[in-house]
Amino acid sequence: MAKQKEKPAMLARYRVLDLTDDRGAFCGKIMAELGADVVKVERPGGDPSRNVGPFFHDIPDPEKSLSWFAFNQNKRGITLNIETRDGQEIFKRLAQKAEFVIESFKPGYLDKLGLGYSELSKINPRLIMTSITPFGQTGPYSTFNAPDLITMSMAGYTFICGDSDRPPVRFSSDQSYLQSSLQATVGTLIAHYYRELSGEGQYVDVSMQEAMIWTLCYAPHDWYLLKQILHTREGSFWRRLGVTYRLIWPCKDGYVCYRLLMAQPGAEVMNDLIASMNKEGLGEDMKGISWTTLSFTEVPQEKINEWEAEIGKYFLRHTKRELHEEAIRQRNVIQPVNNAKDLYESPQLAARDFWVQIRHPELRTSIAYPGPYFKSTETMWQKGKRAPLIGEHNEQIYLKELKFTREQLAILKKENVI
Amino acid sequence: MKGKYALEGLKVVDFSWVFTGPIVTKYLGDHGAEVIKIESATRPDGTRLMTPFRPGAMGLNASGVFANYNSSKYSININLREPRGKEVVKKLVQRADIVLETFGPGVMTKLKLDYDELKQVKQDIIMLSMTMVGQYGPHSQQPSFGQVLQATNGFVQLLGWPDRPPSLPVAAYTDFIAPWYVLIALMAALDFRRRTGKGQYIDLAMLEASVHLAAPVVMDYTVNGRIQNRMGNRNPGYAPHGVYPCKGEERWVAIAVATDKEWQALCNVMGNPDWAKSPKFDTLLHRTENQDELDKLMGQWTKGYTPEEIMAKLQAVGVAAGVLQTGDDLVDKDPQLKLRQHFVEMDHAEMGKHLTERPPFRLSKTPSEPQRPFPSFGEHTEYVCKEILKMGDAEFAELIGAGVLA
Repeated sequence: MAKQKEKPAMLARYRVLDLTDDRGAFCGKIMAELGADVVKVERPGGDPSRNVGPFFHDIPDPEKSLSWFAFNQNKRGITLNIETRDGQEIFKRLAQKAEFVIESFKPGYLDKLGLGYSELSKINPRLIMTSITPFGQTGPYSTFNAPDLITMSMAGYTFICGDSDRPPVRFSSDQSYLQSSLQATVGTLIAHYYRELSGEGQYVDVSMQEAMIWTLCYAPHDWYLLKQILHTREGSFWRRLGVTYRLIWPCKDGYVCYRLLMAQPGAEVMNDLIASMNKEGLGEDMKGISWTTLSFTEVPQEKINEWEAEIGKYFLRHTKRELHEEAIRQRNVIQPVNNAKDLYESPQLAARDFWVQIRHPELRTSIAYPGPYFKSTETMWQKGKRAPLIGEHNEQIYLKELKFTREQLAILKKENVI
Repeated sequence: MKGKYALEGLKVVDFSWVFTGPIVTKYLGDHGAEVIKIESATRPDGTRLMTPFRPGAMGLNASGVFANYNSSKYSININLREPRGKEVVKKLVQRADIVLETFGPGVMTKLKLDYDELKQVKQDIIMLSMTMVGQYGPHSQQPSFGQVLQATNGFVQLLGWPDRPPSLPVAAYTDFIAPWYVLIALMAALDFRRRTGKGQYIDLAMLEASVHLAAPVVMDYTVNGRIQNRMGNRNPGYAPHGVYPCKGEERWVAIAVATDKEWQALCNVMGNPDWAKSPKFDTLLHRTENQDELDKLMGQWTKGYTPEEIMAKLQAVGVAAGVLQTGDDLVDKDPQLKLRQHFVEMDHAEMGKHLTERPPFRLSKTPSEPQRPFPSFGEHTEYVCKEILKMGDAEFAELIGAGVLA
């Protein structure tokens, strides 16, 4: 498939009311890029997560947050104070006609306002309502204060990350909010499939802790089956059941990620790498080894260390791009440890038209965003517009859709409802 | 039409292997879809050979991670190179809604089982190919796997200490981003088919999907020209924000303080030590400036307690704190996970007891639960052929004899 022609979205213009902050904003964004009509419902003055950096040109301003832009792209936005009676009435009118409500308040908050699933499902039995919280709606931890570091840690992820001589670390970018928003979208769309068959909506209760446990892979099963904690913090290495091998290697201008290939089909490409090393007087002792039939458990660790030291010398003489390009030619698995600049300049992403330019008229510029993650024969990822300004679509929703008069709107404004 | 499970009636033909694809079909199967996992006698899903194994159990039916990712599926062994093997596949596709495959680009075409072929058999089939970087492009033919791909997408760069080489996530992080995107695309494609009658072919790239989870980091570069680096446990807007040593061996607690009010509450719990009254720590700005010292002092306090004690004390006054849980905490102790029944104990005829996980979401009306434990290698070849495809005994015996099925 070359450049894509205009194609329809996968989803219809389903109305999604998005009450989330930064913990759940990604869910609505994913729905929007698939075609849904996502309306962000913010408190008057704007969602506090507009104050999360980084900012456009480093100017802290609720209309300049790049995180806000990234996770609210393609949505519309209104302001509404759901803690007022009028606000609650208005929200109910909107919910009556919506297909989805997504929220990330503390458990019980919307119930207290009379806007929980039990109330909303009475006025709209087809509604699907999704709540994204650190630990789910009920249980001993459900009331915990838990930003990303806490949910990552309670999920067991932090414990296995970092260097052995320092404390464990988390990713230097919030991941549990995004992982749980992705999973929330999965649950929401499964509920949607069922609704279209049965006519019934339902409630989707998402736990960030459990979402992050899904990225652990081994730890629960190592414990359950072996009663062992096999992984701690291994830095650049991978250690498992008596074998250690290097995965992160310094090179001339940074790092590459690579694993010595043995005991598997495809390991014969080691010979091409060794041939390249030989040309530079390295790896003489590595010639003529049958890499496909060797096994990690049969080769002594000292031998692996020796080979790795020799490969390491070769990598130090070359840039990550040189090593990656050679690996592509040789069908080897070396990958660069990319930073944001490397990603933006990736020839692979460019060939697939991954980056999209979104206009920001107020900032008098366009900004490059991550774009389509799939190509399809029938449908396409929806680029849409930049994230909404605070209350940008109040008139569209309140005047045109709900038929309020301008006078009523003025009263609601004065009352601090919108 | 309405069943007990959300996806009852949905039929999936699954060529995928190793973690990512199988997680997708586990989710579908645990919600009631019929999932037929295609393996071959010469090429089992490699996850079957991945540790940990149940002690004493050996072979292809003993891996804990395979068991987790393959509940609720049927396993059939088909030799895809045999024309009659392809015919069996096509019969399965004819009655299916979804085909999922995660081979390298071009493999399905070589097998003559690509979308163009399968569309002939089932006009509105939804077929999704998931690969590392996509079906085309200058890097598409490079062999790869998740452990190294996570470096390409920028996550490795963001894990560890700024004065050190990056750290590597133990499990390939991208392998645990792609499944949710694949599920989202499939569920949305089903909605498209319901409304339009059309199937589609989807080429989904793990690299592209995962870059979305680093969007603010990438946009800080595209907008501000800044290349963000790993920063240990620092997080602008919080101080303290770190992982601190506790009583016991390798026991740690995470603490994150966003506001001065939370800081005051933390000081009260610490018994208002003199150092905490220093103007170096009285505001978020000051605490941020003196964070190295703050971390040291915090660590001296935390060392006197277990992480559970600190979590309980601090959460009681609204300060964010959490234990760095390990495998045993998660499986045996965590009361929240017990209440939500995150882990489900299953019993497999050969492997015996093992765990499988529930998705992190609970739907109020339709359950997600393993319908059956993972299939032994080729366990359902006969069942799928005879009961689902209604193949006669003679034909089945002949295909087995000819090595088409196993």
